[in-house]
Amino acid sequence: MEHATAGSSFAALAYLIAGVCFILALRGLSSPTSSQRGNRFGMIGMTIAVVTTLVTHVPLQAVGLVLTDPSGVVASTGPLFERIDWLTVLEILAAIGIGAVIGISTARRIAMTAMPQLVAAFHSLVGLAAVLVAAAAYLNPSAFGIADLVVPLIGPPFAVIHQVSRIEMGLGVAIGAITFSGSVIAFLKLNGNMGGKPILLPGRHVLNLGVLAAILLLVAYFTQDQSPWVFWTITALSFAIGFLLIIPIGGADMPVVVSMLNSYSGWAAAAMGFTLHNSAMIITGALVGSSGAILSYIMCRAMNRSFLSVIAGGFGADSGGASGGAAQVDRPWKRGSAEDAAFLMSQAEQVVIVPGYGMAVAQAQHVLREMADKLKAHGVRVKYAIHPVAGRMPGHMNVLLAEANVPYDEVFELEDINAEFAQTDVAFVIGANDVTNPAAKTDKSSPIYGMPVLDVEKAKTVLFVKRSMGGVGYAGVDNDVFYRDNTMMLLADAKKMVEDIVKSLD
Amino acid sequence: MDFVAILSIFVLACFVGYYVVWSVTPALHTPLMAVTNAISSVIIVGALIAGAAAGSPVAKWLGLAAVVLASINIFGGFAVTQRMLAMYKKKDRPAAAAKH
Repeated sequence: MEHATAGSSFAALAYLIAGVCFILALRGLSSPTSSQRGNRFGMIGMTIAVVTTLVTHVPLQAVGLVLTDPSGVVASTGPLFERIDWLTVLEILAAIGIGAVIGISTARRIAMTAMPQLVAAFHSLVGLAAVLVAAAAYLNPSAFGIADLVVPLIGPPFAVIHQVSRIEMGLGVAIGAITFSGSVIAFLKLNGNMGGKPILLPGRHVLNLGVLAAILLLVAYFTQDQSPWVFWTITALSFAIGFLLIIPIGGADMPVVVSMLNSYSGWAAAAMGFTLHNSAMIITGALVGSSGAILSYIMCRAMNRSFLSVIAGGFGADSGGASGGAAQVDRPWKRGSAEDAAFLMSQAEQVVIVPGYGMAVAQAQHVLREMADKLKAHGVRVKYAIHPVAGRMPGHMNVLLAEANVPYDEVFELEDINAEFAQTDVAFVIGANDVTNPAAKTDKSSPIYGMPVLDVEKAKTVLFVKRSMGGVGYAGVDNDVFYRDNTMMLLADAKKMVEDIVKSLD
Repeated sequence: MDFVAILSIFVLACFVGYYVVWSVTPALHTPLMAVTNAISSVIIVGALIAGAAAGSPVAKWLGLAAVVLASINIFGGFAVTQRMLAMYKKKDRPAAAAKH
């Protein structure tokens, strides 16, 4: 961007170090013991990036004579000297301060069960920030060093933005806007302001593809014509497609959506990094972009569904309660009480707890850990089994259990614990349903066929905590586990039921 | 830096990202999302440049607004990640045993 002065190569080096710090931040997450150090690397990297930018882009104010020719056009190429514009410095520091207060107070107050909403809200902020930066770069391209000043024979001089920069800027604003509006919808769905059910517009696939094609064509056209209408139409269409893309996706597919938007926020940062020729932004963008993409892939694999089918939306839209629930209503099942459950578990050698989204909704994680402590006092071995898509975002259950002080070495992933159910006396399913459905293994016609599931039915006894028999899981299919001889249904609110079990264990 | 140099950094960083993210333990996927959120707000660099530049008042105010948004994310993202990571504890730590 600028000439390679000592200052700018220092800055480039500093941004590179910041980028490396961000890599180390993610690297630290390979184990809980190194994770906090990793997070500190992230903070160091961000501090380096921000300080470097502040130092190399001190706001300046022209002072001195401004020479004009008789017609009023500025004749002198530069002012006599420049001094620091302290008002702008103050404004920038105030802006950072406002953000810090809002950010930290939110992070302190937020309940762990609300983490998916918070992450979605944060994604929307990255997206909107990317849009604002792209717009600022479009309005004042010389400040970003991405334009040549053309002085025509007649009329005022104007800036011509480099063609490569126009593509980067166009893509940056588009991805940023999609991230913003998509994340807002995801937030509203996760926060319960908007129903979790998919909203299906007629002809939505054609509409979405049309809008996407229009955005790409406009970005291409933007290289030929930098008029405002092109830039703002790209922005407006991208906001629209973000809404349209997320509206048809149902609540339990949110882990994929949140990961996908995570990925987009990275690509938006990368696109802006290309515009600014900034290595810290490019490295970060690539890291975050791949992170979100890999998480989306892991989530899709855990549901045995293709990414496209999730994005196309509509899953669980036809209320499967009619097809599943009605046909099965006459099958016999056994109901148990809290006392029965307490007795069975206290006599067991090993109990495996399978938590799901219902546990998060009922905020039952703390009392669940109390139950586990009581069982351990009875000499029972207690483990937790986590399905990758349990909850509303990747790793959601792990965080909730960690919040309740469950040691992380008692918590196991699906592939590590599935073989153990055969040697388990009691499988305690709380707030999970589809992820335990054996139909995924046997019934080729089931919508969840092929999805890896937890083999809870192999345990000697299955205790299934559920609000009522009527409701079906997200996929809208009945769960055969309910009707097995070794299953006892515990019908109650999850938290209430576990509290009663804890009382009975005394 | 020319475009090819930047593209090289980007492509290599994608590979680094691929391997680093696969090594993240699934138990920490939620903190991973929170921290990637925080670091993707490095976009604040662009916001600061816009906010500091003279020439276009509109661009400057857009930049300052972006600084606020990105700061919320940076401070909020790192703080909430820190809060989550502090909760992950191992079994049978001396401190926990001392309670009995």
